[in-house]
Amino acid sequence: MHDRGRPEPRYPGYDVLTKRQGPSWNEQTRRVVSQRLAVPAEPRFFTPDEFRTVASVAARIVPQPDGRPPVPVAALIDEKLFRGASDGYRPEGMPREREAWRQGLQALDAEAKAAYGAAFHAIGAARQDGLLARMQSGDMTSPAWGRMSPQDFFKRRMARDVVLAYYAHPTAWSEIGWGGPASPRGYVRLDFDERDPWEAAEAGSGDAVEVRRINRHVG
Amino acid sequence: MSDNPQHTPRARRGRAPDVFRPGGWVPMREYGEDETVDFAIVGTGAGGGTLACKLAEYGFSVVAFDAGPYFRPLEDFASDESEQTKLYWTDDRIVDGANPLQLGSNNSGKAVGGSTVHFAMVSLRFRPEWFKSRSLLGYGADWPLDWREMWNYYREVEQALKIAGPVNYPWGPPRPRYPYRAHPLNAAARVLAKGCEALGIGWTETPLATLSAPRGLAHPCVYRGFCVAGCSTNAKQSALVTWIPRALAAGAEIRDLAMVGRVEVDAAGRATGVHFHRDGTWHFQRARHVVVAGYAIETPRLLLNSTNGQFPDGLANSSGLVGENLMAQSNQAVWGLMDQEIRSYKGPPSLAITEHWNYEDKGKDFFGGYSYMSQGPLPQLWANTQMAARGLWGARLMSDMQNYNHVAGLKIVGEMLPQENNRVTLADEVDQFGLRIPRVTYSWCDNDKRLIAHALKFMTQALEEADARDIWTQEDDTCHLNGTARMGSDPARSVVNADCRSWDIPNLWICDGSVFPTVGGANPSLTIQAIACRTADRIRDLAGRGELDQPARRRYAAQTAQ
Ligand SMILES: Cc1cc2nc3c(=O)[nH]c(=O)nc-3n(C[C@H](O)[C@H](O)[C@H](O)COP(=O)(O)OP(=O)(O)OC[C@H]3O[C@@H](n4cnc5c(N)ncnc54)[C@H](O)[C@@H]3O)c2cc1C
Ligand code: SF4
Repeated sequence: MHDRGRPEPRYPGYDVLTKRQGPSWNEQTRRVVSQRLAVPAEPRFFTPDEFRTVASVAARIVPQPDGRPPVPVAALIDEKLFRGASDGYRPEGMPREREAWRQGLQALDAEAKAAYGAAFHAIGAARQDGLLARMQSGDMTSPAWGRMSPQDFFKRRMARDVVLAYYAHPTAWSEIGWGGPASPRGYVRLDFDERDPWEAAEAGSGDAVEVRRINRHVG
Repeated sequence: MSDNPQHTPRARRGRAPDVFRPGGWVPMREYGEDETVDFAIVGTGAGGGTLACKLAEYGFSVVAFDAGPYFRPLEDFASDESEQTKLYWTDDRIVDGANPLQLGSNNSGKAVGGSTVHFAMVSLRFRPEWFKSRSLLGYGADWPLDWREMWNYYREVEQALKIAGPVNYPWGPPRPRYPYRAHPLNAAARVLAKGCEALGIGWTETPLATLSAPRGLAHPCVYRGFCVAGCSTNAKQSALVTWIPRALAAGAEIRDLAMVGRVEVDAAGRATGVHFHRDGTWHFQRARHVVVAGYAIETPRLLLNSTNGQFPDGLANSSGLVGENLMAQSNQAVWGLMDQEIRSYKGPPSLAITEHWNYEDKGKDFFGGYSYMSQGPLPQLWANTQMAARGLWGARLMSDMQNYNHVAGLKIVGEMLPQENNRVTLADEVDQFGLRIPRVTYSWCDNDKRLIAHALKFMTQALEEADARDIWTQEDDTCHLNGTARMGSDPARSVVNADCRSWDIPNLWICDGSVFPTVGGANPSLTIQAIACRTADRIRDLAGRGELDQPARRRYAAQTAQ
């Protein structure tokens, strides 16, 4: 590992998008992923202030390496809320998706101001992490939470939406060496240590140059 | 006109989608709303879809309603977890209790074909003793069904779905050969096998409702691993590609994007039809019989929302049990890392299974049983599991996700006991149709907790024996839902009789996962479909004898008087 917080990639040179025109992707998948890659950068559901807070929350929950274009996590969440997508259930006391986000962001800022005299986005990474850890363990009492439990908001709304948004993106798929979309072709080699030629090779399973070469030609 | 099946109904004007051909159609018989059909069926999943097929094949006129869209998997399903959330029932619901359930993607579908469109295809028979768990095993409630009769109906469903399974099934009384050969094991399944062998218990290839050889226009499974996000190849033998095409061919009508809001009952206490919302307005379909098959939350919700002066507590509810005894199945897991690459995203998620603890009663400090299976979570599901169940976020989450291809897991389907306090009631809030939304209350009992503890301990040993490291346990998860309109032989203690006919309203039937008095430690859909096949046979036989209109209660009274 490098000490600058940028680990060596586990699947060097692998980009799941090189398979996009091949037999592992069908037309409907290409359409859906293209739409995702074209997600508008500006919010349509969140206010600019809220959007900034969402981006700083996302940067702590799914911190991204520099040196590559970041996954636009806040924009993907905004798109989902703009569309009105729902999980289909919510704990007692928690409002529906959109309202829960609005209320939770307000409460988070209220907590940040109470503890550090500034809004969440402005308090620095270490304090942000501290606040998120308190939210996760339910150790927050601002009246801004209303009937919603901070723990529920963390686990069932905020962190959930952040994680789902990040791992909906091809950049994240490449990072973890997932084969990605797989219809119609599917897979053939299923056993221990078996890799189809259209799957990523892992660093350490051969020499680095060779692994990179394999991964560039996955398709 | 738009061909977005989520916005515009497809089954109309004498045709329905041909699920086997992109853009294709098959002819469909249609019934007028004023025409009184023999059966109006609410829901087209494992219960409703199967029953619609069988009743139509027996010559009854059938209209089956589904609130969800009518998909053609080949053109509508993407290889994408987010996109495919369109398969789930995501209308508003409230969860509470000591162990609130996770709903949505976790257990309910909204589409023609119901939850079978995104289910994981595991197709198990119940252990025979479970049908008499109260008398034989000392817990739960007896079913009014005989396992030997069920054995024949299981056979019928296994044939109808061309289940791919092992040559010899290690547990229970003999069963016939599965119609199709078992699927090959992936590495995740081999980890399960390794653990079982080290601990000296049996395991086998999981009987699955996905093709291991071609069938008609459907290709065999290509091991793409998106099963719970919908199968875009049609290998999966969901109700959408099995029972429903048969139902259409036999003259049933399917109404997609048709939400039933109320079952109408007349002054004589008989159901007269259903009110449904389609194309932006409410309609009424007349029917001689109404079958509710909306699954364990929507079924009681519809019955409770259909109150009238005569039935102020909801339909079929003289026992007070509609909505009660909701049973999830426990779904805890143990996860670990293997030195080898596992890549469990390849293939159906549960290719290997052990039912050892379903059939072995010695050494248990709890009632009931559990099976466990190998797992294959896709990235979004896996990342959310790491966050929600393990509490990881930030740098730890990101570095742990790097191990994705080395993860192996074992997950139970565990029996939870029926409790009246676990239930579906109505909240005051309303949905987009103005119908009161369900509130789902759930708490584990001590027996549930002991079963879970036993399973987690055993599976941890199994993973250790399989040489996994960094093992951790996922303690809060449940799956399949059952109960809420249980069948029984006593009208005071059940909602329907063995034929799925309600005790209170002679022409109102319930035919889905709601009717289970207990759940066992096996996935429920094969049993739901077997019950639907039996119900259809009973309806045919009763009609043949001219007894279809005789109330269940009169027959009960006659039996008890003997
Ligand atoms: C992710 C997942 C994996 C699963 N894996 C397995 C497995 O491997 N093996 C197994 O045996 N089981 C599995 N199951 C469970 C299985 O899918 C269900 O138990 C089964 O489908 C339930 O059958 P049902 O007929 O009761 O309801 P469903 O199949 O859910 O059908 C109910 C239908 O009714 C419709 N409906 C409800 N209310 C109304 C209304 N008011 N008006 C109109 N339509 C309505 C719904 O839209 C739905 O289509 C899984 C479930 C999930 C979610
Ligand atoms: S693995 Fe098989 S059953 Fe599952 S989605 Fe793919 S083709 Fe369908």
